[in-house]
Amino acid sequence: MADTFYIALAGNPNCGKTTLFNELTGSNGYVGNWPGVTVEKKQAEWKKDKDVTLVDLPGIYSLSPYSPEEVVSRDYLVNDRPDAVIDLLDVTNIERNLYLTTQVLETGRPVAIGLNMCDLLKERGDVIDTKQLSKMLGVPVVEVSALHNKNLDELLKKAVELGKKGVAAKGPKCFSPEVEDALQKIQKIIANSVPEDLGRWYAIKVFERDADALGELALTKEQLDASEEIIAKVEKDRDDDSESIITSDRYDWIATVMDACVKKAPKKLTTSQKIDRIVTNRVLGLPIFIAIMILVYYIAIGTVGTNATDWVNDNLFSDGFFVNSTSETQYNKDQKAYDSQHYSDKIDGFLAAAKKKGISTSKVEAAVSDGDISSADKKLLKSFEAKAEAKGVVATNVPEHDGDGNLTYNGGKLVTKLDKDGNPVLKSGQKLDTISKVTLADFKKAVSTPAPDQHDYSGFVDSIPNAVTGWLTNAGASDVVISLVVDGVIGGVGSVLGFIPQIFVLFVLLCFLEDCGYMSRVAFVMDRVFRRFGLSGKSFIPMIVSSGCGVPGVLSTKTIENERDRRMTAMLTTMIPCSAKLPIIALVMGVLVGADNGAWWVAPMFYFLGIVAIIVSAVMLKKTKPFQGEPVPFVMELPDYHFPSIRSWALHIWERVSAYVKKAGTIIFAAAVGIWFLSNFGIASWQGGSGSFGYLQGMAGAPDTYMDYSILAGIGGALSFIFMPLGFGNWQATASTISALIAKENLVSTFGVLYGLGSATENSVTMWQGFANMFTIAGTLHVGAMCAFVAFNMLCAPCFAAMGTIRRQMDDPKWFWFAIGYECGFGWVVGLLINQFYELFVFGSFGFWTVVAFAFLAAILFQLFRPMPKWDEKDEHILGSLAEEPVA
Amino acid sequence: MPTLSDVKVGQKCVVSKLTGEGAIKRRIMDMGVTKNTEVLVHKVAPLGDPIEVTIRGYELSLRKDEARCVEVKDIAKA
Repeated sequence: MADTFYIALAGNPNCGKTTLFNELTGSNGYVGNWPGVTVEKKQAEWKKDKDVTLVDLPGIYSLSPYSPEEVVSRDYLVNDRPDAVIDLLDVTNIERNLYLTTQVLETGRPVAIGLNMCDLLKERGDVIDTKQLSKMLGVPVVEVSALHNKNLDELLKKAVELGKKGVAAKGPKCFSPEVEDALQKIQKIIANSVPEDLGRWYAIKVFERDADALGELALTKEQLDASEEIIAKVEKDRDDDSESIITSDRYDWIATVMDACVKKAPKKLTTSQKIDRIVTNRVLGLPIFIAIMILVYYIAIGTVGTNATDWVNDNLFSDGFFVNSTSETQYNKDQKAYDSQHYSDKIDGFLAAAKKKGISTSKVEAAVSDGDISSADKKLLKSFEAKAEAKGVVATNVPEHDGDGNLTYNGGKLVTKLDKDGNPVLKSGQKLDTISKVTLADFKKAVSTPAPDQHDYSGFVDSIPNAVTGWLTNAGASDVVISLVVDGVIGGVGSVLGFIPQIFVLFVLLCFLEDCGYMSRVAFVMDRVFRRFGLSGKSFIPMIVSSGCGVPGVLSTKTIENERDRRMTAMLTTMIPCSAKLPIIALVMGVLVGADNGAWWVAPMFYFLGIVAIIVSAVMLKKTKPFQGEPVPFVMELPDYHFPSIRSWALHIWERVSAYVKKAGTIIFAAAVGIWFLSNFGIASWQGGSGSFGYLQGMAGAPDTYMDYSILAGIGGALSFIFMPLGFGNWQATASTISALIAKENLVSTFGVLYGLGSATENSVTMWQGFANMFTIAGTLHVGAMCAFVAFNMLCAPCFAAMGTIRRQMDDPKWFWFAIGYECGFGWVVGLLINQFYELFVFGSFGFWTVVAFAFLAAILFQLFRPMPKWDEKDEHILGSLAEEPVA
Repeated sequence: MPTLSDVKVGQKCVVSKLTGEGAIKRRIMDMGVTKNTEVLVHKVAPLGDPIEVTIRGYELSLRKDEARCVEVKDIAKA
């Protein structure tokens, strides 16, 4: 039989199911979400027989219709009919674990039961009579150890054998006589409408008045009325509702099983309890939690993780690196020596002096600026030098620039004030750093001294983009192809791959916290704080992580067990400024306060903005319909602490990291190539341009500011009206916002290109000036507009990498677009408020948009402070009476 | 009628009735809090809520709001 044989794996959370799954399959399987919910779906083939596929159901306590985890599990068991089911029990908790077992046994599937963690039980001194248990449950029971891979294959073989024979579990008669009697009657009533092996299952569902299960059956009115009569009688006799009767009876029966099969040793304080005495202690609990968080942050964001990612980004994807440290030191030394000579300042100064004396310098400028002097250039230089000699050109007091292209004074201090023409504004006592005299000989030396080139040193490994550019150039590829491959493809993929080291480090830590049992304590300790905002105690972790990078931040929402909290956290967590947004903050800081000293409070302000944005959003969203629904109980088990096996820990990490690469990678790749196309293609409409559409840099006479003519600029112009009320309705701001979607730090470099600032960075005064100019109208800097621009870029949709991760996490286009739409909308409103109120209170301007801003503010305040709206409170899952609603 | 949220740390009690409805009630029952079960209140979180109880041989945590849905009797020192 070549057909795939499906085996479902059911069990409580933390019963060792995932370990068992990984041991049996090696976990090279498929990890995704169940359709429509963010609940993880895993399936993989058995290592020893590829025809057998294991489906790992989410860890659940019951097959009730309430949580998405429980619904997907029971839908799978009842509707998808796996060939067999393995129910794994944690025997240290056998009483509660058996509760799910009683329900699984009713689904009419062949069931094999695995007793996990028997070794722990023996340590405790408890004894389980397996034979007796098997007899009472009516299915085979196998003692296993998932951690030590003991008996696992036997368990699976047993399940396959049962499945092949097709012996369905009957389900024990676990209810009290009057309920059993009622169930039998109901089973007869509905016999025609249900599959035979599900008779008992549906009889119980009818008895519980489970609307979800009944919906599938389409029972007639007569059937429902007859059943209702039976149920009502039992309820009256027992003075309880049918759902409670079923639950209590199950537990009562389990108590008899416990008496018959389990001998408990006298209780001692377990190690786990001893640890918990300290870790969740009333006094020490919070400090320990904070210490662990600081440690995670320090390792993943502060040191190892970020360093690893920076290393990959800086070396593999940008500059290349040395494997030989002596030549690296030598290169750095040479570079420093080269910088100290200020050769380019000398060249610029000398050329300027020559120009003053009436010598044309534009061609020479072009010849020396590209750093590569051809024979034609040499000729040009020679004639220039001859002319300069004849006229006796000497440059004096040539200003020096530092590495960021900034002017300096008093021996290296940064000039932070420039006037409109870019000339330095100095106070008395400040003297600009200059080179007193540049002669022709100095000029010749400056031109002929090449900047040290890393490639000339031994042990230098080129970066991937550089290396690929080299190969493609040698292979004769055109500029378009090179740009597409290097800037588009490698740039895009690089942004995904660059994060892998950080994500890896982060998940090493988080998977450990999760697997060892601390994560559920986090929820226990922090619940009180976060519940107020409609978030889970575990939402804290994604937010901390997001301050480094939103991608692992969104990924780490996986540990939140409630679906609504999970969605909300995934949506909001990227509002915390990540490290890529820091250059943007640095830019504003530069404009507002000049040098970086003394303005330590600016950056924390943006973190504060992020935190406030999250809290406000969470409180507002909590009161909307999609996040409302039924109240979510916190009720959860605190599992025993245990050291995870290295193998399952490693697999867990691998699973998370590879899922990120696969799913996030594809969307980022496509988006990056798209943006590349938009910003590099356009119509050559500049003066002397051909007027045709094409690759801008490749066309004749393309200026440095070629991006002005790109499609992106066109889109920026078309969309800029959206940002008019926010004070930055120019196309440059819009275009750089779009290009910042690839990576937020691109905002700064795009500015550089748009304003022709070349290699200026966020630390360059010229960049601050250009940035400030964008918000300067008639000589007045509109700080509100600038802050609005930054706030919008902080809060709106994150970069493609993070969006791809949100897409993967939500696994539902509707939710993904809702998340992105909300982020952009909220960012826009915040920007509007900042700009309009600044304009109103500082400049006194009042207009239509001021009114709109007030309206938005009022709406936000209303949503924040209004009481929780009452949605339809009727229980949709369990009916009050079968007659209550015609079941379709 | 006292509820589980009134029981102090270190005290035990017996469940007499579950009020509340829907998901919360079902979840509490699913976790083994059913009529006549003995519950020991084990500890309170650092911020005063939720609480941790020992029931059916394991540790369960629930919010005070949810504990208010559990009516109890026979409160005694454990």
